Amino acid sequence: MARKITYQQAVNEALDQEMARDPSVIVMGEDVVGGQGSPGEMDAWGGVLGVTKGLYAKHGDRIMDTPITESGYIGAAVGAATCGMRPVAELMFIDFMGVCLDQIFNQAGKFKYMFGGKAETPVVIRAMYGAGFRAAAQHSQCLYSVFTHFPGIKVVLPSTPYDVKGLLIQSIRDNDPVMFLEHKMLYTLEGEVPEEPYTIPFGEANLVREGGDVTIVGFGRMVHLAAEVADKLAKEGISCDVIDPRTTSPLDEETILESIENTGRLVVVDESNPRCSMASDIAELAATKAFSSLKAAIQTVTAPHVPTPFAASLEDAYIPSVDHIEAAVRKALK
Amino acid sequence: MSDSIKEITMPKWGLSMKEGKLLEWSVNEGDEISKGDEIADVETEKIASAVEAPASGKLRKIVTENDTVYPVGALLGVIADDSVSDDEVNAYVEKFLAEFVPPEDDDEEEVSASEFIDINGLNIRYVSKGEGDDTILLIHGFGGDLDNWLFNHDDLVARTGKKVIALDLPGHGQSSKSVGDGSQDFLADTVIAFMKAVGVDKAHLVGHSMGGAVALNIASKQADMVNSLSLICSAGLGKEINLEYLDGFIGSDSRKQIKPFLQQLFADVDLVTRQLINNMLQYKRLDGVTAALQQIKDGFIEGASQKKQFNDVLGSVSKASVIWGAKDQIIPASHKDNISGGNVEVLSVADAGHMVQMEAAKEVNEAIANTVA
Repeated sequence: MARKITYQQAVNEALDQEMARDPSVIVMGEDVVGGQGSPGEMDAWGGVLGVTKGLYAKHGDRIMDTPITESGYIGAAVGAATCGMRPVAELMFIDFMGVCLDQIFNQAGKFKYMFGGKAETPVVIRAMYGAGFRAAAQHSQCLYSVFTHFPGIKVVLPSTPYDVKGLLIQSIRDNDPVMFLEHKMLYTLEGEVPEEPYTIPFGEANLVREGGDVTIVGFGRMVHLAAEVADKLAKEGISCDVIDPRTTSPLDEETILESIENTGRLVVVDESNPRCSMASDIAELAATKAFSSLKAAIQTVTAPHVPTPFAASLEDAYIPSVDHIEAAVRKALK
Repeated sequence: MSDSIKEITMPKWGLSMKEGKLLEWSVNEGDEISKGDEIADVETEKIASAVEAPASGKLRKIVTENDTVYPVGALLGVIADDSVSDDEVNAYVEKFLAEFVPPEDDDEEEVSASEFIDINGLNIRYVSKGEGDDTILLIHGFGGDLDNWLFNHDDLVARTGKKVIALDLPGHGQSSKSVGDGSQDFLADTVIAFMKAVGVDKAHLVGHSMGGAVALNIASKQADMVNSLSLICSAGLGKEINLEYLDGFIGSDSRKQIKPFLQQLFADVDLVTRQLINNMLQYKRLDGVTAALQQIKDGFIEGASQKKQFNDVLGSVSKASVIWGAKDQIIPASHKDNISGGNVEVLSVADAGHMVQMEAAKEVNEAIANTVA
């Protein structure tokens, strides 16, 4: 039965149901049990934003608070995965990836290949990303393009409660390392989510709006802004395909290319900084594999090449807005 | 004065519909239309279909724009004869628009109308409408759910004045996804137990596709529980069936894979909207569904044929009808000619496919109403 819950509750439900189904699923991270000075009682806080609240009461020792050492506990999660467990480790903010990156891309991401298929690393690393929280430069980055670059790592960024539950369950059941990224501004977003467990395959984009004039590819929270722009332009008779790839690695190239073949115009909306972003990656895809279909220059809408500001007015100017997206779509139509 | 002005409003198809997108009208202002004529195309989250004229008369005014979404109950147009002046028509429209309040966002309605009951350890979902001692039970087909009766449930209550219950079979919709041994007997026994549990000792059974085979099975096991049978594009009346469709439907896990199979269900492929495909994929991706569907398929198909035929059972029921969409690509319409004896009405609907109860709801509802009368 489907009912309305938040993105954050959907994450919690996916973890809860998978932990109930499979005893090898364990959860670990900073404050995932306690947090905020709680002594880890049955009603422990459950993460800095309460996403893992209630799991300790249900699953006890299979969810653990770790010391503040990402290289240590991410490394431990990777090791546990190679030894047969299915850890879901939480990197509190994607911005902290620097201190544990070797464990992720050089170890977890390469074991299967370098051990000739004999090793599997079914680890899921969940992390918050994205700006809008006034959390400033070291707590607001996107960084999914960096992980997308590494062969051996799957990268998932769901934009709705339905998607986040299905993709997290899929990630836990997948035998490869997955970076599972949750936009912190989407946690309170409500949506219809089935009570029962379900999965969504990787590499399948979601077509959020359908139209023949312009293709808009958006990532994470930007999908919602793109849909808003598409709805506004629909009133003027301009119809857009709005594509949410949902996973950047593997990427649903087919859906994106088919759409460009139909519309001939592409706008990519990516909250990241522009260099080596998903925006540049999708632009490259279109330019090399759909060149003859393009009727206009590819438009990209990204944050500027600048650390995320702390001042509210500057952060608002930093994040791509519906106005920016609308201007890009109109430019693509010229 | 306002008796002679008839409103055309956005219909409500099914419990959860809140709004519909008016695509375009198929008639113009000034045209004479008859009650029941299809006059405008509307697309909803669940399906695309047509608005029927609520009355006969002249279409005086269209108040909508094409490709625009309107809430359920919103004014779409106005019918009146020439004795009503343009000013009166315009005043009526203005008053309606000024006073119109769209129905509240009430998810409660769908949730509270769905009921759940434990049958032999399985959670079975059903929706019951109407009152009365006489009951009609709607049984959907393979891979479907009680929403397949979107255009039939309310209309049947209105036409027959009986209680009309639709349920989700095990493995389907919002019922438990475990299906025992997957056999047709398991399904029939579950429905029999369901009927007893909701206090229905005898019912008019209406079955679509595999649901028709379930209905026939119930009639063969417990004839005393069956008042009449209405079988729509039914399994169990012949051997042939589109195996490619069944295997393809079970094996599909993406929009691209499943779309051509879903299109085979309808004579009008445009009825397979993006939302319909999404809803189907969402159902198929629930844990246990694919395995359940495979078990059920193995339970009623041997090789490329239906295992069991119930043609003789029809003869033993006091009243029955067999309704088929002539363009059915799943189960051949020729099976309707396999009936032997008994009091059976046969109806063939020309421009409809396997989902005839959706594509030609009016004719199907009329035929069922006649059967249960």
